[in-house]
Amino acid sequence: MTKKKIKGSELTIQCLERLGTELMFAYPGGFSMELHQALQKSPIRVILPRHEQGGAFAAGGYARATGKVGVCMATSGPGATNLISGIADAYMDSIPTVFITGQVPTHMIGKNVFQETDIIGVTRPIVKHSYLILSAAEIPQVMAEAFHIATSGRPGPVVVDIPKNVQQEMIDADFSGMDNIKLDVYEESIQVKPQESDIERIRAAIAEAKRPCLYVGGGIISAEASKELLQFAESFNIPVTTTLMGIGAFPDRHPLSLKWLGMHGTYYANYAANECDLLLAFGTRFDDRVTGPVATFAAGAKIVHVDIDLTEINKNKVADIGIVANIKDVLTELNKEPLYKDYAEWHAMIRQWKEEHPLTYCKNTETIQPQYVVERLSALTNGKAVIVPGVGQHQMFAAQFYDYSEPRQLLTSGGLGAMGFGLPAAMGAKLACPEKIIVNIDGDGSFQMNIQELGTLHTEDIGVKMIILNNQHLGMVAQWEDRFYGSVRGNTVLGSTRTERPYPDFVTIAKGFMIPGREVYRREDVDAAIEEMLNTDGPFILDVHTGYAEHVLPMIKPGGTYKDMITE
Amino acid sequence: MSARKHTISVLVQNKFGVLSRISGLFSGRGYNICSLTVNQTNDPAISKMTIVTEGDDAVLEQIDKQLKKLIDVISVTDLTGSEFVERELLLIKVKTKDAEERAEVIQLTELFKGQVVTVNHGELGIEIQGRAAKIDNFISLIEKFEIVEFARSGRVAVSRTEGASSVI
Repeated sequence: MTKKKIKGSELTIQCLERLGTELMFAYPGGFSMELHQALQKSPIRVILPRHEQGGAFAAGGYARATGKVGVCMATSGPGATNLISGIADAYMDSIPTVFITGQVPTHMIGKNVFQETDIIGVTRPIVKHSYLILSAAEIPQVMAEAFHIATSGRPGPVVVDIPKNVQQEMIDADFSGMDNIKLDVYEESIQVKPQESDIERIRAAIAEAKRPCLYVGGGIISAEASKELLQFAESFNIPVTTTLMGIGAFPDRHPLSLKWLGMHGTYYANYAANECDLLLAFGTRFDDRVTGPVATFAAGAKIVHVDIDLTEINKNKVADIGIVANIKDVLTELNKEPLYKDYAEWHAMIRQWKEEHPLTYCKNTETIQPQYVVERLSALTNGKAVIVPGVGQHQMFAAQFYDYSEPRQLLTSGGLGAMGFGLPAAMGAKLACPEKIIVNIDGDGSFQMNIQELGTLHTEDIGVKMIILNNQHLGMVAQWEDRFYGSVRGNTVLGSTRTERPYPDFVTIAKGFMIPGREVYRREDVDAAIEEMLNTDGPFILDVHTGYAEHVLPMIKPGGTYKDMITE
Repeated sequence: MSARKHTISVLVQNKFGVLSRISGLFSGRGYNICSLTVNQTNDPAISKMTIVTEGDDAVLEQIDKQLKKLIDVISVTDLTGSEFVERELLLIKVKTKDAEERAEVIQLTELFKGQVVTVNHGELGIEIQGRAAKIDNFISLIEKFEIVEFARSGRVAVSRTEGASSVI
């Protein structure tokens, strides 16, 4: 009873099918073409990005939109090194992704042959785990482990490097290795359940508290725990602030919502987190953009920190109660016995902060302010779109002024802060959720970094809507120049002095890619333009000329505390 | 919090690339490895690393957790603070100008329960094994002779208590 012999490349692709992959982003080359040949016999849809970096961010966008594994493939050498920003982004934001790279044949590894890079070595500090496969027999077990590791515990990127001779090796079509994953120690570490004593300690801390505050992050979204969070916040009557990555984990319009905190977070979120006497840090990591100088952050509070990743406890901020557990389990346990207190003074104080310093901007009627565009988009989509920004000022405006109510509604490069993320990630999100409106709100700088993906939108018919908040500057750096460097422009101007019009002409570029678009110069045209974009089938680009005038506010200057917040 | 030396015993999967993951964990965070010894255990699928490192309590806590987080790591035991036996090995070659110097080197070696392992004209090779402090002490005494070649191993260690300090 001999099994049918197939190539290692076919075995790899059939493993992907069995692991539930319906779609992947892949750019071929000499050392991955065997895998592409195998894909021609597979039901897996292959999206050809126009740059491997676009494919890597798109896989991240796909995973962020759904929680499913984003799969991206590239050839060896330059193909693989072009994935680096996407891998680092997935690592920083804990996004479940598997990156497959072609490699030179095993007998040529180490000889500096054409398109050889030690990609396992290059990616080592930015992966959750990685594999170099030396024999086709390893493929089923490695693929199953890679998917399991990427999605479980604290999710993250896994790299699988497959030499060409392994792809070509003839082998039995035997998938039993997929049931043979050997990750006992890892498995134990991610299955850790909260102890009854842990739950009691949290409950006791809440019982003592007069000014409790929830500070929650992307862990709530990864753990699919936003329902449990809502129930907890309401039944314990505790206000909630999220991190940038946690946006959508708790509805913006909820009376207990403080929106998000940190460098450009709301006044009231920063005040509440810093002046509380009990900080419940759930699924979050005390990032520097949240805390500022960490010793001063929530200095008077008892800190409860729950995270699935043991290294996060006491890493940036020492916790009074540190618990390694899945936040969904912890919230479920806490919700069994609600401890409702009215905290009248505390809520009154927060209400006063909200009234005195609401999240707003100095409105005018002459120019198109970027905040206004985001507000109008929010209104015209009823707060139902998925927003995928690039990185910079426009990213902060998109996070501040769109009305988020659901998890996975803002997909943003939070930790790495990678410009060029928006367009390809939006592409991945639209492929994952074709029924949703996906809007890439971008800056003119970020957009140009992966502008070639317009080609993918057209050829694959991916209906991403794009709004460029075009200020002809690298706005965030320019803002820092204005605030801290006497407005000296250090190569932060993107516009051209050799033409009268804003540069480049994005709508004409899009036309070359056969994608329709429209430019907007007047405030009164914004609504109609957004309507036109939403009502046009397929991709559409809206180039909105905002000019460079607005700063992202409020702002806590680098090194400052919440008391140093700039509000105008 | 003051920095002190810790001896950490780590059991890992005996796979290629594991050492670079572990050394990268230290170098990427600016943590220092004072010494590192690795060899396979009685189970050839598993290797034991003994790492001597230095840091305050917060650094040691991170090292312990970051090691545990690596997929290929089976167990991590910080032996410092408990009773354990540690050994290092020194192989050293020194020049001996005349019979008098040779006699002195041999005497010193015997005092440290070491052995002469190579003999050449005007040169002796010596093996000393023992605790790090003993090796340090020997080196400080032998330094008055001209050292030709010097090889000192990292540390290996086991706990003194009954049963295993980690799985093996």
